[in-house]
Amino acid sequence: MVWQTYFIEFSYLLASILFIFGLKGLSHPETAKRGMQLAEIGMALAIIGTLMHFEIVSYTWIIVGLLLGGLLGAAMGVWVPMTAMPQRTALSHAFGAFAAALVGIAEYYSYTHGFKDIAQLGHVKMGAMGFEIMLGALTTTGSLIAFGKLQGVLPGQPLVYRGQNIFNMALLATTIGLFIYLIFVPTAVIPFYVMLGLAFVFGVLLVLPIGSADMPVVMSLLNSYAGLASAATGFVLGNNVLIIAGTLDGFSGFILSVLMCRAMNRSLNNVLFGAFGSATTSAAGAAGEQGTMREVSLDDAAVQLAYASKVVFVPGYGLATAQAQHAVRELATVLEEKGVTVKYGIHPVAGRMPGHMNVLLAEANVPYSQLYELEQINPELSSTDVSVVIGANDVVNPDARDNPSSPIAGMPIIEVDRSKSVIVLKRGQGKGFSGLENPLFFKPVTGMLYGDAKDTLTKLVSAVQHA
Amino acid sequence: MSLNFISMLLLEGSESMSAAAIIAALYVFALAAFLGYQVISRVPPLLHTPLMSATNAISGISLVGSIVIAGGTGPQHAKVATILGFIAVVCSTSNVVGGFALTDRMLRMFKRKK
Repeated sequence: MVWQTYFIEFSYLLASILFIFGLKGLSHPETAKRGMQLAEIGMALAIIGTLMHFEIVSYTWIIVGLLLGGLLGAAMGVWVPMTAMPQRTALSHAFGAFAAALVGIAEYYSYTHGFKDIAQLGHVKMGAMGFEIMLGALTTTGSLIAFGKLQGVLPGQPLVYRGQNIFNMALLATTIGLFIYLIFVPTAVIPFYVMLGLAFVFGVLLVLPIGSADMPVVMSLLNSYAGLASAATGFVLGNNVLIIAGTLDGFSGFILSVLMCRAMNRSLNNVLFGAFGSATTSAAGAAGEQGTMREVSLDDAAVQLAYASKVVFVPGYGLATAQAQHAVRELATVLEEKGVTVKYGIHPVAGRMPGHMNVLLAEANVPYSQLYELEQINPELSSTDVSVVIGANDVVNPDARDNPSSPIAGMPIIEVDRSKSVIVLKRGQGKGFSGLENPLFFKPVTGMLYGDAKDTLTKLVSAVQHA
Repeated sequence: MSLNFISMLLLEGSESMSAAAIIAALYVFALAAFLGYQVISRVPPLLHTPLMSATNAISGISLVGSIVIAGGTGPQHAKVATILGFIAVVCSTSNVVGGFALTDRMLRMFKRKK
């Protein structure tokens, strides 16, 4: 019996070390693949080790579960398109959090129904278990709502009503109140299930008022919650590898949340305490009508691009919805053949999750040496002949820099208006997701090119070839 | 005796949750948090989507907890617990397999030069 325990614990220790090496590899694209292989080996070791556990009597359900989950995961891994990464990530947060909640519920059930010695269910253990279940439950439903919004099943606009924040806070306070009560009275079965139910409901209400444009923050935050729920599972089961992996996941999500907040000039407090989407709902900003937008013809745009010496593409979520990543890449290739230098400026919150645009462009074979971060591309824009904005809006809105009363004031932007000429690819004349007026569109340097981004880009490719 | 004590901690850590075990778990948590901060703040924005996908796969390690719960049948184990454990195994496994598969797929796309 003892050698098995040592074997299991040793496999967990090795797995923990390999996980850390795996994440360390992600500090550079060249080392990342190797790192992930190490993490995969770690995972395999931990699973093999666990199968030796003395409490396991029957392998039937384990094998069926592993096969079913494996098939499900493999199917997602192979068939999910890169444009759908945000949805699939939201779904996996839901799965991870749900698994954590279920383990907690199973443990609690075993204690309260006489399968385990109830006297052993101490305050500390109940605390960890309650934390796990509360966080797991609210992350499950919250992530499912995020999935619905990203998939387009639910409306992307924030769903708000009067007294929403107060109601949500009251609900959260009740849930936490029950949680604290349970720490003192672990055997209180009814409060336990009420807490579970309320946590599920709270998850829904937490994400409903959040607009699609704020999704990168929400995704990161749910990532963090799912990880912390896993870490709490580790406390409940007294399992170190779970604590380590869950904490790494939780902190990764937390760091990403902070980075995303910074990229939108919102405080984490603002995000955590429910003022989500308030900036997007608080009307259209101060600017109002600012003259007329100048439309540019396809041929004019093609000539500008063909005779430029440096072109910067700035993609936004519109690139993903139009599936235009391959078309951009084709245009870039044609331009490069004409001797034009092509770069891409990527804003941290462009798209629906952190790093979304980078993955899309990498999928279209754009080498990552051409992908520039916000701070890297901004100094280059004044020497850029043409900036091409594709389905991006807020991240290039000069109001964030120039107008202190704008709802997005202070948000760092990609300053395309400093380049000699700007071409904005846009579906129609309407406002973007945020509903904010964008003064960039009215500037003299800006030419608007309306239409479906993919279609327009494809036409530009042949127009540039003939220019 | 000391060996006995350690094996008791390892075996029964979940059951008795002694003060020593709790403190040890908190140490692990604090050190992992510190290390996580150091390692993850070095990941460039370029790789933030693969990072999220990878940490998701890694935290699917909660699978090991679900496995033990799903595998316990018989009179001393709750049928409800087995069923919940089974569902948890399915969820976690799909995260592990799907997460690693997608991370690999994404990382293969990142190339320096065409």
